[in-house]
Amino acid sequence: MDLSPILLTLKLAAITTVLLLLIGLPVAWWLSKSRSIFKLIIEAIITMPLVLPPSVLGFYLLLAFSPQHGIGKWLRDVFDVQLVFSFPGLILASVIYSLPFMIGPIKSALQQLPPSLAQASYTLGKSERQTFIHVLLPNIRASVLTAATLTFAHTLGEFGVVLMIGGNIPGVTRVASIAVYDAVENQDYSAANAYSLVLFSITFITVISVFMFNKYKAKSPLE
Amino acid sequence: MISIDIEKSLNSHNNLSVLKIAQEIPAGSITKIYGPSGAGKTTLLKVIAGLTKPEKGKIRVNDTSWLDTENGISLSPQERKVGFVFQQYALFPNMTVLQHLRYATNDETWTKQLLTIGKLEAFADQKPAYLSGGQQQRLAILRAMATKPQILLMDEPFSALDPDIKTELVRNLLLLWKEQGTTVLIVSHNAQELEGIFQREIYIAARRS
Repeated sequence: MDLSPILLTLKLAAITTVLLLLIGLPVAWWLSKSRSIFKLIIEAIITMPLVLPPSVLGFYLLLAFSPQHGIGKWLRDVFDVQLVFSFPGLILASVIYSLPFMIGPIKSALQQLPPSLAQASYTLGKSERQTFIHVLLPNIRASVLTAATLTFAHTLGEFGVVLMIGGNIPGVTRVASIAVYDAVENQDYSAANAYSLVLFSITFITVISVFMFNKYKAKSPLE
Repeated sequence: MISIDIEKSLNSHNNLSVLKIAQEIPAGSITKIYGPSGAGKTTLLKVIAGLTKPEKGKIRVNDTSWLDTENGISLSPQERKVGFVFQQYALFPNMTVLQHLRYATNDETWTKQLLTIGKLEAFADQKPAYLSGGQQQRLAILRAMATKPQILLMDEPFSALDPDIKTELVRNLLLLWKEQGTTVLIVSHNAQELEGIFQREIYIAARRS
């Protein structure tokens, strides 16, 4: 069995999870603080990948980053970067596609903390940033872990978006889910089974680890 | 001197009422705030601390304007830096007793003194979940005192304490407040509680808007 699709998938999932932690924590914190129409719109956009068919999202990303026009052309002309049919393109698509899986649980956990925790910290003279790092974040650790795991596991299973923007280039964009599809197309069921088993095992171990860490209190992605 | 003249609408018990208060509180005094539930006692403390904003009003502390809605002045809670004892304590679940105090102050001698006053030395490494209600309440008081605030706002601060512990703690707190010149406002719904320690009393009545 060619292991490169598995390794590529793990690399993609790890990079996506790290990037989404960096993006998701401040965004979730900002969204949790107060309500406004502007925030509702942003939240709706972030949640769209949960309900939108992956192929639709992939199609629009393909259009947006096509080197023939728009942002894609600008990126190629100015920075000599091509996102379509490349690994960086897969990362961008995965980050967008898994955004709600990272932000949802973190925002929900922050909203469930009593407001008096942050208020107590403010009266001690601590800034919002200090309060977030020293008081809020440590008290939502379990939810952050759940969000990161869901993001990782979700990225492992991506298919539609990845296929649309990355295609099927061995060693570059051919991730495990596409390798399964490819093997089935070629009636190579033993290869399809091998890839599927590996994906299933990694995902199962990842999810069960979170449940064990959280002592059976893992949050659902929509909470 | 704290000069307060504010008006804030409250939404309590499904009735829209209004908190309207104009008072001058001398520096270094201990004031009791009492009145029926939902009258706005806690809200008043939060307005002074900068945790909530009134529709209109002014708050001056000595020569500094903390709030002036007409002129768009409203200092942040960090700038006001009052000590605040929350009714539900608002302790940080991730921090031990000692970490709570160290989060508020870098003064190790002061930290040790506070632990002694609150009789929490033996529990310094415990997190709030492993403390009794009375111990949690004492920690909330110590944390609010840790920054040596000019103004200390306390919302039902002694409700969970045993009478003996309360008497000794209050005696020590009174000495500290006198030494540091702290202005203290204590919300209590028990009219008889802590009789004799207050120089002033403010009654807040529920008003329909």
